[in-house]
This record gives sequence, C-alpha cells and structure tokens, in this order.
Amino acid sequence: MSELGDDFYRENILDHYKSPRNYGELEGADAHAEGMNPLCGDETAIAVKFGSDGETIEDIRFLGRGCAISMASTSMLTELVKGRTADDVSAMSKDELLEDMPPLTPVRLKCALLGLTTLKVALHRAKGTPPPEGLAGLDELELK
Amino acid sequence: MWRSYGGREGDRYDRPVAVETKPTARLDAHAVRQDFPVFERPTRGKTLAYLDSANSSQKPRQVLDAMREFYEGSYANIHRAVYELAEKATAGFEQAREKVRALINAPETREVIFTRNVTEAVNLVAYSWGLGNLGPGDIALVTELEHHANFVPWQQIAWRQGAAFRALPIDGQGELQLDALDGIAREGQVKVLAVNHISNTLGTINPIEQLVAWAHEQGAVVFVDAAQSVPHRQIDVQALGCDFLGFTSHKLCGPGGAGALWGRAELLEAMPPFEMGGEMIRSVTVEKTTWNDLPYKFEAGTPAIAEAYGMGIAIDYLNGLGLDAIEQHEHELVSYAMEQLAELPFVTVYGPPPDRRAAIVSFNIEGVHPHDVAQILDLDGVAIRAGHHCCQPLMQRLGVATTNRASFYLYTIPEEIDRLVAALHKVRKVFG
Repeated sequence: MSELGDDFYRENILDHYKSPRNYGELEGADAHAEGMNPLCGDETAIAVKFGSDGETIEDIRFLGRGCAISMASTSMLTELVKGRTADDVSAMSKDELLEDMPPLTPVRLKCALLGLTTLKVALHRAKGTPPPEGLAGLDELELK
Repeated sequence: MWRSYGGREGDRYDRPVAVETKPTARLDAHAVRQDFPVFERPTRGKTLAYLDSANSSQKPRQVLDAMREFYEGSYANIHRAVYELAEKATAGFEQAREKVRALINAPETREVIFTRNVTEAVNLVAYSWGLGNLGPGDIALVTELEHHANFVPWQQIAWRQGAAFRALPIDGQGELQLDALDGIAREGQVKVLAVNHISNTLGTINPIEQLVAWAHEQGAVVFVDAAQSVPHRQIDVQALGCDFLGFTSHKLCGPGGAGALWGRAELLEAMPPFEMGGEMIRSVTVEKTTWNDLPYKFEAGTPAIAEAYGMGIAIDYLNGLGLDAIEQHEHELVSYAMEQLAELPFVTVYGPPPDRRAAIVSFNIEGVHPHDVAQILDLDGVAIRAGHHCCQPLMQRLGVATTNRASFYLYTIPEEIDRLVAALHKVRKVFG
C-alpha cells in the first residue's frame, strides 16, 4: 500500500469494500430507496427499519454494485446511522461520512455520497424529513 | 519486448521544438512529443502518460501559437465587414474549410459545414434530413457500437416521425453482424444508416464501403461518424461512398468547439436549415425569408472563427506528420498493448484483434471497478478513461456497466503502455 504514495485505498476502505457491513435484503422495511450514478453505473438500494418509537433506525441494509469508494462509504454509513433518529440522519452533514475517506475529486465525491443521498431520500419519503441537501444540483446523481 | 518500434529510451525532452513538414515513412513519437507542452508538466509528480486521446487529444504548440497569432492580428467577425482585419479573419476561416475538404477528399468546398462537434453534425442531419424523409414504415438503422451522439438523435427523430428504430447487432468480437442486415430490411424501408467508422469503445474498424453498398441498394442514405477515424488515418469520402460524414477538431490536435459535417451537395441543397438566424439567410421580410447558399445555409450565427482556423492548423500538423505514418504508429502501439495485456490473466479485453482495430483498447480487471482502476493509475500519472464511454447500449450488450479504456495517438510511446501495465499490476495488488 505504501508505494501508492497517497494511500488512497487505505485499509478501512478496502476492508469495507471487501466485507461490506449490513449488506443484504431487509424484510418488512419501513423506508426504502434506490439510487444510481449514471456516470459510472454505480447503483445502491437502501432499506431501513424503525424501532417501536417509529423514529430510531433499528436496522439498515443495503444492496449495490459500484466502485470501492461508493461501496465502502455506504457500508460505513450503515454503521454510522444505526441507532440514530430519522431527523438526526436527515440533517447529517456529508463531512461526518467523509471524515474516514481519502480526499476526493468532485467526480469521486458523487461515488462517496451515493449511499447517504439515497438514504436521505428513503427517509424523506417515509418520514417526511427534508430532502437531501443540494439534490437538485446533483444532476448526474439520479435517484429512481 | 516490442522490437518493431523505432523510439529510443530516455530521448524525451532534449531536442529543440520542431515539426516535420514533409511526411516521413515512420513517425518518431519521441520527437512529436516535444511539440506538446502538456508533457513538460508533471502530473502527480510524474511525466504524464496520456492514454485518453479517444476522449480528446492534447494540443501541439503549432496550433496554440497560430491561434494566439490569429487572435492578435487577424480576428474580427467574418463575411460581413469590409475592413482589412475582417478580410483576414474571413480568409483564415475559409482556408480552414478548404483544408477540411482536402483532408477528406470531398468533391466541393461548399459541401463542408462547420459545426461545434460531431454531435451537432448528427443533430443537423437527423433533424433537417430526418424530419423531411422519415415516416411510418421507414426504419432508421444505427448499430450497437454507436456513441450516444449517433444513436439518440436518430432514435428520437424516428419515433417523432412514426418510423421504426433498429440497432444492428455486434458479434462476440465486437464486430457488426452484417448477415443481420437483410432481416432488418424485411421489416420496413431502411431510409438511413448511421454508423461510426471506428468504435470509440472497442476500436472496431467498420466496413463502411460494404455497409454503404448495402444501404444504397435499399435506397438509404449513410451518415458516418468519423470522430475516431479522421484524426488517425487517411479518409476519402468519395472512396467510402457515404452521404454524410462528421468529425471534430478537438480529437485531431485542434481546439474544442469546432467540427465539420460533410454532405453530398444535392442532399444538402434539398434540406431545410437546421438553425436559423444571421448568416444563413439571403433576404428577410415580414412576409418571407429565403436561405443563403451552401454552406452558409447551415451556419447560423457567428461561428467559432479562431477555432475553425485552429482546426485548419491542426490538419496541417497531421498532414505534416503524414496520416499513413500516424496510422502505422498507432497500429504498432495497439498490437503491443494487446500483446502485453494478454499476458495479464486478470484482465479481460473486449473487441476485435489488433489487425482489425484502431488504437483503442477497452478492458476490465476482474473484481475491480473501472473507477478504482483509473484512480490507482492516476496516482502513477497514467490517464485512462473509466466509464460507459457514452455507449450504454454497447455496455448492455457486453454485459458490463463500465469499462476501462486506453487509447493512443501520435504522441503515444510504448513506454507509456509499459507504465499502464505496471500500474495494472499495482491495481491487482491493492485489490488482490
């Protein structure tokens, strides 16, 4: 790894990419959305189940195919949001997710944010939380 | 090792800037590189290995200098003012048109229309010719190899006109299945065939003469997207026999924003204007407007004047090196690249063998997304394209979402292919 210099594909990225957490289907989901990035063909589907309060994310699963950055960031995201409320996650800044990522160019940023944006859309639809910030501007991040 | 190549190792930036003005038997890519300032600037701390010329080419200082000089001493709007500067600008612009005509051996200069790019050339014909000639029972035929630019306009105009839209399939080697043509012709009247000369993704060289002969038997016109062929080999529209052909400046060492459409005069004469405004009119009254002659009928508004001029300089540059020498150089490069890639068991290469392909190689690495491949290559200063290459129907046909694509040009040297291969080993190591 060190010979790569910039250490772009740091250990945590490769680990999440090769062994994504919370990967799979979720039966009886309360919230669901699919997102894709037509630029590179990356796709993700996120499903969420709320706790008895109807607010707390009790379980989350994702399915998808894509580059290491998009898959790892979505995997990390699922760990970050479990146990938090829909409102809290809806207001979550992208910086919180990007903290553990390498520096990204604008093109790769779209890869890294595919999961978060898709999750916010799922919450927006199910709970009426605000839509993801800047979604209108992300014309290449199409959400189905 | 690749023995047929004439370049010397280490011979990079130690020669004075010079351009060969007469075609030489062999292209000396190491010497050619000295015309391109971009290679003097490190990327990621390394000499740039630019393997993305199918996307856009780098620019030689001959073009950059000439454009600057044109702007400083010959620039004004064209075709209208009577002062000297405007005459110079008009002369520069119209000389570029003649250079385009000569480059593709078109019969008449008035058949050359300046466009922004190939996309505009396709849209011009799809709208102007298509709206007047396509209808129910007709078929607009493209191929599975097309760039979206030569696919979507035909699809949309066909649907709008109630005509059918078909795509000629490819075989397992990424070559057009010509035996499927007659079956398509039985479904209706094929009125237009839109096909690229060289696939921007697989590098497949399509048999244009054969396709034209078939299409003309059906009474169809043929539009050739020559974006990937005109910059790389000698093209003769009269030998190809096609009816329309489009190409673009930015892929042939010229500036962006300029391109050309060639069409047969009798077809262009019969077509209505595509865009309307200044320049393209003869007279305008409230009651009636009449159109200017070819080519101006299709050149509404102030064009990219210096860019068209710069395209002409780039054509001079290519002619100076010799298009046959460029083609031979690229053939050696792609043969070498495919030989090297074939030795990597984790790499899948798509498309035909080197003797039937241009200098474009699409490939995938087992288990690694092209974005990640391109990212790791970038860290080594190796620039390739990763994506669907504006060919989603082709990607669907290949059963992949995206591919990596390396493409070569007159300034590409085999050492850059060695760097590509070394970096691919690194990709494999990281994602192992």
